[in-house]
Amino acid sequence: MTILTRRAVIAGSAAGAGLLLSGCDKVAEVPAFRKILFSGEIMNRGLQRALSNRAALAPEFTAAEMSPRFRVNGTHNPNTPDYTAMVAENFAHWRLKIGGLVAKPLSLSLAQVRSLPTRTQITRHDCVEGWSAIGKWHGPQLGTVLKAAGIRDSARYIVFTCADLYNGAPYYESIDLVDAFHPQTILAWALNDRVLDVGHGAPLRLRVERQLGYKHAKYITQINAVASLAGIGLGKGGYWEDHVDYDWYAGI
Amino acid sequence: MTTPPRTIYRHRVATRIWHWVNAVTLFIMIGSGLTILNAHPHLYWGAYGANFDHPWLNTIHWPAYVTIPAHYNLAIARRWHLLFALVLAFGLLGYMVTSVVNRHFQRKLRVRVRVRDLSAANLWHDVREHLALRFHDPADPNAYNIFQKLSYVGVIFILIPVMILTGLAMSPGMDAAWPWLLDVFGGRQSARSVHFIAAAALTAFIVVHLALVILAGPINEVRSMITGRWRVPQEPGEDVA
Repeated sequence: MTILTRRAVIAGSAAGAGLLLSGCDKVAEVPAFRKILFSGEIMNRGLQRALSNRAALAPEFTAAEMSPRFRVNGTHNPNTPDYTAMVAENFAHWRLKIGGLVAKPLSLSLAQVRSLPTRTQITRHDCVEGWSAIGKWHGPQLGTVLKAAGIRDSARYIVFTCADLYNGAPYYESIDLVDAFHPQTILAWALNDRVLDVGHGAPLRLRVERQLGYKHAKYITQINAVASLAGIGLGKGGYWEDHVDYDWYAGI
Repeated sequence: MTTPPRTIYRHRVATRIWHWVNAVTLFIMIGSGLTILNAHPHLYWGAYGANFDHPWLNTIHWPAYVTIPAHYNLAIARRWHLLFALVLAFGLLGYMVTSVVNRHFQRKLRVRVRVRDLSAANLWHDVREHLALRFHDPADPNAYNIFQKLSYVGVIFILIPVMILTGLAMSPGMDAAWPWLLDVFGGRQSARSVHFIAAAALTAFIVVHLALVILAGPINEVRSMITGRWRVPQEPGEDVA
């Protein structure tokens, strides 16, 4: 084999690799292939659920293992007139509404939420972008609140509506009942022994420790039990899921 | 006079299928992995690591011509990566089971530690043979040389398993299911760093592998990985083109 044909092979391979790369983008646009591509989420969820039990705990850490500084993710400040007014009065008139498929809809003040039995956990927050931060969270288990409201048998998902707006609509997220009743799924009102600040989701945010950061809804105002995610937003269970194709099951 | 070319049956069907599945899979994993890395191109050691922490490496921003998709889209890159991660993992599992059953590993990749293969004289002999572009023992052309054995053992038993396990260690769901993953790699951000280092090593393997395929005669080598049959190179000095 001569050098010339070797060169041709190398050049041809490089050109082929380039075509393959752009080809990947083309096939990802084909609806049938897109469906296959997106089915990975269902397989990963099924495998992870098969390999772990419903109550398997996310690792917890000691105070010495915490990040020196816990960076803010997502919205830094909702900056809406309503939210700014609530901050100004220290959330005195903020209410957490629990509704949807529940026997007894609730409307709780911040003082009532803080009076519920709490769980404290030092856990790792994993952003979808790749970074991690370890912090100490404090608040009631979501399960406590849901039991108080008495969710109906027909409920399958818990939907969180938030005070921060994206494209004019409230940020929202959803989880299923396996994660909703997990012992480490809490409504946190304190981080690192301080009342939650605006950057980290004041006055109340979700911690759902076996999933990625965007599932941890901040600035929660409403919690609804629903039978289906269809009809909420664009129907995919969350703002990022609706608008940029993030996976709803964010366990990996 | 040249002797008529002799062909031998070189690659079993399981090896050939796995090879081409991996060729596609690794291509997608590296491209989509670089898009994911672009989301936060900083690597840390330990359990945590974010913008206010000290990275041991800030990588370049990976350009569009090596990433999948070409335009930054973390969600679609993750779809590619996490679907083909399953192909990589279950492909390796299937190949390992098959190769233990059909004794492929034992026949092809057996390294006789200390006795002969890893002696300095044998390694030096093989270095000289490689530099002379002679990759096969004329007396036993079907046998892999020691560098082939070591690199295939390294890829199959070390690099790909490390890729899979560090990938799982980055999953908050799997960390709850298998907490030992974090103990093995020293925390999630360490696992992420090891994932990158192993990917770099795998990429280096692919570059060397492709270079040697080209040097050894790409048509014969690629054909043997498709049909299984490989033409034994003739003695030096004879026309092999």
